Amino acid sequence: MKFSVNSPVIFCLVGVIILAVLGQSFYFLIRAVKRSKEKGMDQMQIRKTIISSAIFTVAPAIAILVGVVSLSKSLGVALPWLRLSVIGSLSYETIAAERAVSELGQGLETEIVSPTAFVTVAWVMTLGILIGLILTPVLTKRIQGGMNKIGMKDKKWAEIFNNAMFLGMISAFLGFVFSNVSRLWDAGARTVTEKILQSDGSMLETVVEYSSTSGLIPVCVMAVSAVLMAICGIFAKTLKQNWMNDYALPISLVGGMAAAIPITSWLS
Amino acid sequence: MKKEMTYLESVHRHGRAWGFTLLVLILVFPTALCLIFNALPDWQALLKALIAVLPMYWAVGIVEIFTYVPMLGAGGAYLSFVTGNISNLKLPVAIDAMEKAKVKATSEEGEIISTISIAVSSIVTTFIIIIGVVLLLIVEPIGAFISSPALEPAFAQILPALFGGLAVVFISKNLKLSIAPIILMLGLFIFVPALNEGTVGIMVPVGVIFTVAIARIMYKKGWLN
Repeated sequence: MKFSVNSPVIFCLVGVIILAVLGQSFYFLIRAVKRSKEKGMDQMQIRKTIISSAIFTVAPAIAILVGVVSLSKSLGVALPWLRLSVIGSLSYETIAAERAVSELGQGLETEIVSPTAFVTVAWVMTLGILIGLILTPVLTKRIQGGMNKIGMKDKKWAEIFNNAMFLGMISAFLGFVFSNVSRLWDAGARTVTEKILQSDGSMLETVVEYSSTSGLIPVCVMAVSAVLMAICGIFAKTLKQNWMNDYALPISLVGGMAAAIPITSWLS
Repeated sequence: MKKEMTYLESVHRHGRAWGFTLLVLILVFPTALCLIFNALPDWQALLKALIAVLPMYWAVGIVEIFTYVPMLGAGGAYLSFVTGNISNLKLPVAIDAMEKAKVKATSEEGEIISTISIAVSSIVTTFIIIIGVVLLLIVEPIGAFISSPALEPAFAQILPALFGGLAVVFISKNLKLSIAPIILMLGLFIFVPALNEGTVGIMVPVGVIFTVAIARIMYKKGWLN
């Protein structure tokens, strides 16, 4: 069959896999809702969970879509669609695709025309993410079993253990937000050498000079988001507007993202 | 108690069945491409690219499983490791949902709420991407709009915008326990130049292990009561 990155056949294949992935999500959703009814859990709460999870997901999902757009220049729409819907994260997929096309003497700016190049990229991307798919079915039960053991031994500690895990993750990302603050006092941290892949497959090294205050952009965005969250919390508590709590995280997320636009032009 | 085991047991059983089925499907995709277009991969390029990306991807993948599975719950883990975007979407969604529903992650109620939130999030993400892809194919300016330089800073700062709000909720509830890990991570990220966006994934397990250890000490000393 004649090859093109946007060939209908590729869309059909991708469609089948995406349907299967949707099937899995619906299957688990229905079972969990059923179980919540059996357990007599408050169904209003379940409905709230569904609505607020859906609303919260919109902005990050659009960010993922941006990833599909940026990869579609060389790989067409179908392959990035699959790779970012299943396990993908933009940074991984971009690196995997970039490595593969550069080995083939091409860059990510031009559309792939040879089927050999396309299947090579598809294999690199697939094998790159395979480990999670293999190990999750094998290990999840064992890891969860270990967690349950802790819970049975000491309930209070199990709860603290879980909170500590969440806090550990959150603190790592808080640290990351401050990772470029040193640009304020360290001139060396302001110059970053970026390698850009050229269309002939060679790497072009360019030195990017950042402003001393550019490292404060994520810090300010985080602060805006934190303040919004706090305002929502106070508003909900003092005015007894409980619905506010349900939308607090999406409000702080979208508010922070919107604030990033003026903050970036101000500090960079 | 017996029934509780049954639900979890069935989550594991079905989770594994779905997991392996999807694994096969994912592998069928590149194989089918080869057959349909009658093309084999460029072996040399494939090998070189794999050598470049696999060690890092697989190492991170293994670490992620041990770090995220306990936090996601069983159902959440089976779903998240298929649909991805765990730290930037699935886990925050689940944490927030459990927090609002006032259920503990270690209870069956927590398992149910976390599964529901992650399933809904996966479904919504998938639909938004489907709608987006269809729009991209029909109306080209949409792609140009969402990837325009004017909007770029908003998407570039999605992690700070997400974790700012989440941090307020979690730190205010665990003030004593949060001090040490936050000081450690701020110190590391500010003063170690090698730590940046690319390495934050590796620092998550470091933060998790450190915080759990500190929590254990504080708990034993009775500081967390």
